[in-house]
Amino acid sequence: MGKTIIDCVLNKSYLVKKLHTTGALRQRLISFGILKGTPIKYLASTKMNATYEIQVGKMTLALRQEEAMKIEVEEYETN
Amino acid sequence: MKQIKIALVGQPNVGKSMLTNAIGDTTLHVGNFSGVTVEKKEIKFKYKDYEISIVDLPGTYMLTNYSIEEKVTSDFLLNEEYDLILNVADSTNLERNLQLTSELLSLDKKMLIALNMSDEAKKENIDINANYMSELLGVNVIPVSAVTKEGIDKLVHNTVQTFEKPKKTTKLVFSEAIEEEILNIETHLSENKYNTKVSYRKIAIDLISENKETYKILHDEPIWITLQPILLDSIKHIKTHHDEEAMIDIFADEFMAFNNGILTETVKVQNVDSSKLTTTQKIDNILIHPFLGIPIFLFLMWGLFQLTFEIGSIPMDWIDGFFVWLGNSVGDNISNNDIRSLVVDGLIAGVGAVVLFIPNIIILFVGIALLESTGYMSRVAYLLDGFFHKFGLHGQSFIPLVTGFGCSIPAYMSARILKNDSDRLLTLFIIGFMSCGARLPVYVLFVGAFFSPESSGNILFAIYISGAILGIIMAKILKMTAFKGESEPFVMEMPKYRLPSAVLIWHTVKSKTWMYLKKAGTFIAAAAVLVWFLSNYPHNDILTNSYETKIGLTSNMEIKNNLSNELNQKLLEQSYLGQVGKFIEPIFEPLGMDWKMAVALQTGLAAKEVVVSTLGVLYSLGGDVDEQDSTLIERLHEHIPFASAVAFIIIMMIYLPCLAATIVFSKEAGGLKYTVYLFLFTTFVAYSCAFIGYHVALNF
Repeated sequence: MGKTIIDCVLNKSYLVKKLHTTGALRQRLISFGILKGTPIKYLASTKMNATYEIQVGKMTLALRQEEAMKIEVEEYETN
Repeated sequence: MKQIKIALVGQPNVGKSMLTNAIGDTTLHVGNFSGVTVEKKEIKFKYKDYEISIVDLPGTYMLTNYSIEEKVTSDFLLNEEYDLILNVADSTNLERNLQLTSELLSLDKKMLIALNMSDEAKKENIDINANYMSELLGVNVIPVSAVTKEGIDKLVHNTVQTFEKPKKTTKLVFSEAIEEEILNIETHLSENKYNTKVSYRKIAIDLISENKETYKILHDEPIWITLQPILLDSIKHIKTHHDEEAMIDIFADEFMAFNNGILTETVKVQNVDSSKLTTTQKIDNILIHPFLGIPIFLFLMWGLFQLTFEIGSIPMDWIDGFFVWLGNSVGDNISNNDIRSLVVDGLIAGVGAVVLFIPNIIILFVGIALLESTGYMSRVAYLLDGFFHKFGLHGQSFIPLVTGFGCSIPAYMSARILKNDSDRLLTLFIIGFMSCGARLPVYVLFVGAFFSPESSGNILFAIYISGAILGIIMAKILKMTAFKGESEPFVMEMPKYRLPSAVLIWHTVKSKTWMYLKKAGTFIAAAAVLVWFLSNYPHNDILTNSYETKIGLTSNMEIKNNLSNELNQKLLEQSYLGQVGKFIEPIFEPLGMDWKMAVALQTGLAAKEVVVSTLGVLYSLGGDVDEQDSTLIERLHEHIPFASAVAFIIIMMIYLPCLAATIVFSKEAGGLKYTVYLFLFTTFVAYSCAFIGYHVALNF
């Protein structure tokens, strides 16, 4: 697996490459609009990086480290 | 009069409940975190010749069955009778909201869309061409604002029109490959003259998108034999076109592509400087700061309890004075001893003791309503998930748990946002540790009686926080023993911060306070009278006569008083309530409690407020005759040892919630079995903690 959300640089845009999960969690992520090719941004995390705050489109989401590690991302060329 | 039934659907945080408020001018509870509408709520109102009923369904991101609340919505939409769907969308975030809209379009029902928060969209320079959007989607689209009430009339008018006119063909289109296969299946269905209420297109879409319900129905039909190979081919064809494996991804992609098409055509956003922080981001920089976040949260909670006590105690003196005055002036006008005692000692003392706490209740409810409606609640869930997770709880368990500080009943219901059964059950078992608003009067009473006024707020905060901490420890123990299993993933939206609307807070608090008062006037009044009766009867004339002769024989005032106190005490002890109390006293003796306290705790099983009214009745009857005017607080201070009071408070914190809450618990947990577990669990924990607390407090 390549880069995931936990490897992202703060406040930089990435694209979702692949969701490494099936079933309920996959459905949940999709229902929040996290699909292949969706731009995503890592905004903040709590102490010890237990929980991550990310931006998907205009929505801000919170997710656990375990879940963040299942979202593979790739660099996003802005210009 | 014609009736129109509307299903109100939208994603969480789009202001559905607030919109219903604006339309029907009613008072629903509105919040700014996922899961406020846990059960569907229905409101009715009249418009011209129509009786319109709106079913406010729980917010859902997609029509999948992720959590119970989402299931409520999709079950309703698929199986129940209704005339049209009113889809509420947040104008400022259409790309997300249209995802649900396109799913709804595929249901092929009459529908219209309300673009809520249009005022906010204007502020953010988002320009939406609603007419063009209507044209493209094939359903009416009306910009509204629940806050400014702009567009509400037009929305209602359009609802009636949509109802009266024949259904327009929706224009949800998929990519070529899918459309081709839809057509294939449609053709096959019509060639075989398949008989159904829903359209062929809908069946075709359902089959391709692997909708289980539709599969079940068709699986039992003869047509299945010829349909199956066609369907298999179709799915294979589609999957080769999209190099995704799962249909759910393909459809999500399709919907998104469709939406993006609509949005490019109809929405113009004036360029905003994206490097500039939004208000929400600025607030979040402080409130969810990795180090400051949790201390700020604790400070806010501490402040809330300080306020509850400090400000709450001001009008309390007035209310207290009023009931003392009422009791005296009513009592003076009743000549019959029994009736006077019933009215003054039973009814007025009992109800008065409960009404006294209205100010505290109001402040607590305002606090919780603020937490909910501003969006801060989900920030706290984010901050606490890491910590909660260690104890086997879920960050979102925080929402039912905080609601539990208000009342356990909505708390049990809001636990539905947790999908995973063992997570949800665990949360349900812990909710009781969050002391509800009804227990507040008991705490205020005891804290007032045994602690100095300066430390009252802190003690109150300590009671609540130690209850919560104990709950979390218990969660860990239960997670390691009874509720083993996988934890639910934590993925949650953090909505934009919104200024709380004074009107909505007022409505929420008003309805809750009114419910409390209503309870005081009915249920608690009845319970107070019952307790009064049980503590006054049977009359013992022999005992009374023998004491009265003794009192008559002496002329010393002090001996007279002592004798009459002794009489009251003896009468109370031989009353029905006294007999029950004596019977259970041995159980409570190791906790340093007398039978009166034991009885008060038992009555609390009906409702926690009753504990206060019971104490009011018991201690005013058995109290010193020459101290009739002293308050209940003073009397408790005089008659109850400190250590016993501590044990009493601890039991109050932990034991079984009130009857109504226990019934809801049983329903939500899914069986009487769990209620028995809850009883055994809370009783055991309450008793052991009270025992320890009592012995520790004895040393002070």
